[in-house]
Amino acid sequence: MGRSSLGGAVLRGMLLTLVVLFFLFPILWVVLMSFQTNETILRIPPSLLFEPTLSNYTALISGKLVTNAGTLELAFMNNLKNSVVLSTVSVALALLLGVPAAYAFARFRFRLGENIAFTLLSFRFAPPLLVLLPLSLYFRQLGLTDTWVGLIWVYQLIALPLILWIVRGYFEDISPDIEHAYRIDGHGWWRTFTRIALPLARPGIAAAGLLAFIFCWNNFVFALILASADKQPVTVGALAFVTASGIQYGQIAAAVMLSILPTLLLALYAQRYLVEGLSLGAVKG
Amino acid sequence: MTGAARLVLDGVAKRYGRAVVLDDVSLEVESGEIVVVCGPSGGGKTVLLRLIAGTEQPDQGDIRIDGKSMLGLGAEQRDVGMAFQNFALYPHLTAYQNIASPLEARGLATAEIKQRVDKVAALLRIGHVLGHTPRELSNGQKQRTSLARALVRGPGTLLLDDPLRNVDAKLRYEMRLELPRLLASFGSAVIYVTQDYREAMALGRRIAVLRQGRFEQVGAPETVYGEPANLEIARLFGDPTINLYPCRPDGEAVELLGERVPLAPGMAQLAGREVMLGIRAEDIEVATEPMPGSVAAELDAVTPLNVRAVLYLRSRDGKELLATVPEDDALRFGRGHRPVWAKLAPDRFLAFDPATGARL
Repeated sequence: MGRSSLGGAVLRGMLLTLVVLFFLFPILWVVLMSFQTNETILRIPPSLLFEPTLSNYTALISGKLVTNAGTLELAFMNNLKNSVVLSTVSVALALLLGVPAAYAFARFRFRLGENIAFTLLSFRFAPPLLVLLPLSLYFRQLGLTDTWVGLIWVYQLIALPLILWIVRGYFEDISPDIEHAYRIDGHGWWRTFTRIALPLARPGIAAAGLLAFIFCWNNFVFALILASADKQPVTVGALAFVTASGIQYGQIAAAVMLSILPTLLLALYAQRYLVEGLSLGAVKG
Repeated sequence: MTGAARLVLDGVAKRYGRAVVLDDVSLEVESGEIVVVCGPSGGGKTVLLRLIAGTEQPDQGDIRIDGKSMLGLGAEQRDVGMAFQNFALYPHLTAYQNIASPLEARGLATAEIKQRVDKVAALLRIGHVLGHTPRELSNGQKQRTSLARALVRGPGTLLLDDPLRNVDAKLRYEMRLELPRLLASFGSAVIYVTQDYREAMALGRRIAVLRQGRFEQVGAPETVYGEPANLEIARLFGDPTINLYPCRPDGEAVELLGERVPLAPGMAQLAGREVMLGIRAEDIEVATEPMPGSVAAELDAVTPLNVRAVLYLRSRDGKELLATVPEDDALRFGRGHRPVWAKLAPDRFLAFDPATGARL
């Protein structure tokens, strides 16, 4: 009995390790690549043994890539900053607009309400490339091409539907009686929204905000078409590593590591809000 | 009209789409009075409370508190306290903060809030759990916390939506005894909603039976029980359910349960028409020996049921008849399966129109 369960545990552990290795190996490989020069990365056969170097990171951070063909300017840190600004402002705006809208959709039945909500969701159905051409034409006419406002506006296509639909579900899960009770206590609707609805939907808002941030962060085509060099995020900026003198694998790997970092930190920080129970057992269902 | 808080419902109606939930409902509640609104689920009880509380607005009619129309006023502008069936506590706040909420809304000083919360918590015996969040409270404590929140402000009108529904049987029994005294000490006009007729009988000075959006009967508990307005109310009130037999009286007697049973003089006018005859289980005297004017029956089973025991009888013509006797008396019937004689009390018979259900 004891032996068989021990064997089971060992087997389970091995299988889990296998699965983890399978899924995390590419990331591990990228981590290893980021500490190697192009020569050690491209040698055949590949080897796990190499002399680690920080040259990729220093090149990225200092913005100067020294190669055999000469010195190359890298805008990576600027791209990273652009990514942070674009994603943060977009998600903040989407939260500001989306959370009250989600509350309205969850609590009130109004004419065309479902249609509006569905239309917003349908923005996520269409492939971005489909809307990109008309969008860029309109943007040119409106003078929004290559502006922060224009980019953040387009990013709402990504962030707003996501936040609206996730947060709406969380608001719907809160018993309306809890809000009614607060109103009957003598509080106005705004206080009820900020003191009852918002705190209770916090896990959902955190999850939606995080997801929206990741989606914005990973966006490529919108910024590629609608932004010029000084406003491009890391996803587009990474193209610069494909140079005339070859592909800079080491720098790409280091850039990937640096660009994962903000979302990873945010996810770790938001985790405690994500796991927080929603209704906390106050309403007997 | 008294000067103190008093609630008036005047021809209130509420529809959701085509469904009429409340239809021309009128009621007056004095301050210090408990009116129990009782009825089957889906009868519109909760909607009625929502209309009074102000979380919904009526389509027709007027709701007045202290003589002032409440139409168009939001829930926060009415002097109403409400305890919910599902407690509706704020899960992210402590019991203390939950109870303090109505006082904070009125901008009372912290010291006074504390004093009043402590007072009502002591009254409801939850002083020791004020620091806990709802998750850490037992169902009984949640129920008391929600009651405390409704009471703390001493509202002129108090709405209790089946507050004992989700607590265990023992606590429900205790609270049934405790609530009338507690509520009396606050002097509010109380509307208490329940599905449980025993709770209604125990708590209400008056009972309003709400069925299909209408008050079918409003009266003292003993009136609703003894003289139900119709068949459904007679069925609803009473445990075990009232015995009902379709029959056709012929003046002074009626063919019932395979025998001729004499009728009370008052029922002479029912001669010749179809009636549904109702006999309360406790109005039947059961003996192991024949009694004059009794009906022979077979005893099928004896079920002890708290203080009284229910006897399941089968009459000669195969009809089932439920009777209750004090539990000590039940011992002489053993486990059942024996011939017995049941003496009906003709003066306590209730006659209903089989078609409309109205009492005759």
